[in-house]
Amino acid sequence: MSSAREEVLGRVRAALAAAPPRPVDDGMPAYRRSDGEPHEAHVALFIERAADYRAEVRRVPRGAEGEAIADALRRRGVRRLAVPSDLPADWLPAGVELLVDRDGGLSHAELDASDGVLTGCALAIAQTGTVVLDGGAAQGRRALTLLPDYHLCVVDAGQIVGLVPEAIERLAGPGAEERRPVTFVSGPSATSDIELNRVEGVHGPRTLQIVVVG
Amino acid sequence: MSDTASLTPRVPFPEAAREALRDTQLRRNLGKATTTIRAKRHAVVSELPDWAELRDAGARIKDRALHRLDEQLLRLEDAVTRAGGAVHWARDAAEANGIVTGIAQRHGVREVVKVKSITTEEIRLNESLERVGIEPVETDLAELIVQLAGDTPSHILVPAIHKNRAEIRELFRRKLGVRELTDDPAALAEAARRYLRERFLRAEMAVSGANFAVAATGTVCVVESEGNGRMCLTLPRLLVTVMGIEKIIPEWADFEVLLQLLPRSSTGERMNPYTSLWTGVTPGDGPQEFHLVLLDNGRTRVLEDAVGRQALRCIRCSACLNVCPVYERAGGHAYQSVYPGPIGAILTPQLVGIEHAPSLPFASSLCGACYEACPVKIDIPTVLVHLRGKAVRAGRSGLRGRFGGESLGMAALGRTFSSRARYERAQRVARQAQRPLVRDGWIERLPGALSGWTAARDLRAVPSQSFRDWWRKRA
Repeated sequence: MSSAREEVLGRVRAALAAAPPRPVDDGMPAYRRSDGEPHEAHVALFIERAADYRAEVRRVPRGAEGEAIADALRRRGVRRLAVPSDLPADWLPAGVELLVDRDGGLSHAELDASDGVLTGCALAIAQTGTVVLDGGAAQGRRALTLLPDYHLCVVDAGQIVGLVPEAIERLAGPGAEERRPVTFVSGPSATSDIELNRVEGVHGPRTLQIVVVG
Repeated sequence: MSDTASLTPRVPFPEAAREALRDTQLRRNLGKATTTIRAKRHAVVSELPDWAELRDAGARIKDRALHRLDEQLLRLEDAVTRAGGAVHWARDAAEANGIVTGIAQRHGVREVVKVKSITTEEIRLNESLERVGIEPVETDLAELIVQLAGDTPSHILVPAIHKNRAEIRELFRRKLGVRELTDDPAALAEAARRYLRERFLRAEMAVSGANFAVAATGTVCVVESEGNGRMCLTLPRLLVTVMGIEKIIPEWADFEVLLQLLPRSSTGERMNPYTSLWTGVTPGDGPQEFHLVLLDNGRTRVLEDAVGRQALRCIRCSACLNVCPVYERAGGHAYQSVYPGPIGAILTPQLVGIEHAPSLPFASSLCGACYEACPVKIDIPTVLVHLRGKAVRAGRSGLRGRFGGESLGMAALGRTFSSRARYERAQRVARQAQRPLVRDGWIERLPGALSGWTAARDLRAVPSQSFRDWWRKRA
């Protein structure tokens, strides 16, 4: 095993020594790290772009999220709802059977048989209409947001950033030492593999609904 | 069969292309696909005022990794190991296949779910697994179609683009045992979803490729659309990722550039539906055993060439395929390598050695559209010309090459072009000799030894009056 390692490294070193590359500039070209728009514009852009990728987005004032969640679940006809164990109490709907994923207790079969999942997110990106999950508060492990066919995601307006570089920087911030898995979600899963016709919903949740709060 | 069978053309490109050009279905599908994706890409690239800077940054990031590849690989190995993963090194395809099948056998696994990975196609991992009685299940819809049909992919991004919906319906009816099935793409996707869901839920081991791996943190990235990637990366207990050593990027922050360049160049989306990043093993979330296989298989050979090594920057977006007039007509199969299109024309000959794929650098009109489209600024035309030189020099070694028709012809042409008197005499001779061959100012077929020149192109006839004649008369 180690001989393969030494040999590959040796080949790399020999290749670079035989034809030394010109040094690469230290700095970076001046691509945008922010678009200079006010936060309210980012919230509006996020809603527009997420909807553009066929996510269903609704914005409600702070304090009204519980009602919006209950309403969305009712309309979807959700009876068995998977949730991470640390959801804010005022998000939890009445009249729905909650499958709480305490310490990864729910089996894949149980998640598969649920009617949907409710989570928060780590942050959201306006430019691309993306929701980012990092397994932090109110998100749970990855299987939770993957196996159910319906994902209802709550995004606080304060979690929305403008551009991709802002999101990458935030994800590298405090808490990143743990290096939990990160998932970028932009609309429901999709394929264009058959004659280039877009079909929404293949293996991940086929319906993604987003409630923007604040 | 040799290690590089998935990369080595069996017949010269023009021969394979002639075959492909007869397939009208393929040409129609390709025309539609490339036109659609080009338009989508153009729309989302135009949205970004800093696209030029992002391309520069993308090239710089990849160069930083490649120019100190030994150090970066050691950093990656260290970071992955610290995060609870195991790192393996493979000099070639056979060694990589041995590592993956060995892991599967040690765990007594009979079935492996796979997320689309050109690298595992390059090493023909599926055949290796099957040989020891392990069933590989391709889970990307297009890859599943290709696998069920016993076919090979024809496009990096949409591998089954050569198949139409009626063919896919027949295939699914036969192979998936679905009796009631329409040819509506949504119904076909649903059939695949049901078939694969069962396999995802029972899978014990997954194999993936990697779009990027961060040397500093050990984080691996897979970019996808369907969610089959997430299924593979999340549900099984055991995950093995096979990546070419050139997929490495130095820092976490480099994602801020590459995750903008890749989706827009590839599917023409602002962001693809799902991007997964994971670092080693996370207790309570996803696979609890992770292996990363670092594959050379000719990449260090590419690194040796100061001009050609930029091909290793490639992030497999396929933008160059979609803008290439040659690819658009000939399709992916004509390149006879898992890496088709303009990038394949420079990558394949370098990976396997120019003597094994000497016709590929000529599979281009050098129009330069690929360079314009490339998100990491690989100067494909320059590398093509460079490799053409190598191919000619390789062909010339030995007596037959040195005294063969093309070499002698080029030498004669060189002598003619270097003297005005000789050049004008040749023009006068040609004007007389060409008469029986010219039709409307063009020569479609030259006779005898010269016929090779007109096999794939028309030649303009020598005009009755040259510019020099006209100039002299005018004075």
